[in-house]
Amino acid sequence: MMRTLLVRGMLAGLVAGVLAFLWAHFVGESPVRAAIAVEEAAAPKPVPGAPVEEELVSRSTQETWGLGLGVIVFSVAIGGFLSLVFAMVYGRTSALRARGTVAAICGLGFLAIVLVPLTKYPANPPAVGSADTINERTEWFFVLIIIALVAVVAAVRLGRQLAARWGAGNATFAAGLLFVVLIAVAHLALPAQNEVRAGFPPQILWDFRLANLGTQLILWATLAFGFGIAAEHAVEGRPAWWRRDAAERSTAPTA
Amino acid sequence: MSTPTASLPATQPTAVPVPVVSLKGLLPYWIFAGIVCMLAIYFVGAEEGATSIISGMGVHELVHDARHLLGFPCH
Repeated sequence: MMRTLLVRGMLAGLVAGVLAFLWAHFVGESPVRAAIAVEEAAAPKPVPGAPVEEELVSRSTQETWGLGLGVIVFSVAIGGFLSLVFAMVYGRTSALRARGTVAAICGLGFLAIVLVPLTKYPANPPAVGSADTINERTEWFFVLIIIALVAVVAAVRLGRQLAARWGAGNATFAAGLLFVVLIAVAHLALPAQNEVRAGFPPQILWDFRLANLGTQLILWATLAFGFGIAAEHAVEGRPAWWRRDAAERSTAPTA
Repeated sequence: MSTPTASLPATQPTAVPVPVVSLKGLLPYWIFAGIVCMLAIYFVGAEEGATSIISGMGVHELVHDARHLLGFPCH
């Protein structure tokens, strides 16, 4: 069963990755190109006759194969983790059925892995950054994701404990409050980072960050839908709408 | 065309979901698949940026745009 779920999670990740790639390519590359143009305009003029720095990977490859490979590998890996978490919590943590469980995991995963880091260390286009701080920025980015994942687990546990006494609505509110307080403390404790230099066009930055959010939203939403159906089929059998269709087809006159 | 509904269950089974994999059976999957997935995310998200396993900048340059558009700090 776990093998089936793992394969289906990764296949759902593949589909999600392809859709997220299409968005990233057709919507996201525009602000990326604009940011690179700003960077090149600001760079000092090359000395005539000086050796030109050779590109390891051409821009056209980065925008297509490189982008696709990166987004799809990431998405397949998230799909794998999704199936592992699903197998761990299904039937244990809540009374939610398969599709509800998958939707809850994807929603909370998107919250902890995308939305929380985005509020503190938002994505930056090329041309924004500093070689001096890349190490610590990467470290704090992953530290915040780990804190957010721990906060999600803590909030879900609290919500479950309170649900019996306070009712589901109040317990959910208390769990959400705990999550917000934990993230607020993390926000205050972690160091601020801002590599956007004065004069960088704000519209490019805004477009790029929206494109980043869109890429991740498409990825997680497709995973929730795709793995939701695949996991339901695996653990609960064919869903009712599917069974009815099949029954109608099998009884339809063949002539 | 009438559909014979007698052969179909009248309502959705409403049984409470039960675990499909024992926690013990899950452990090896978590270890192996977890490591592979973690490595995949590492190569897309951080290799040759903050840290580096492979020398050179080939991986970084290839997945450069994906790293930016997925929201990882890139450079």
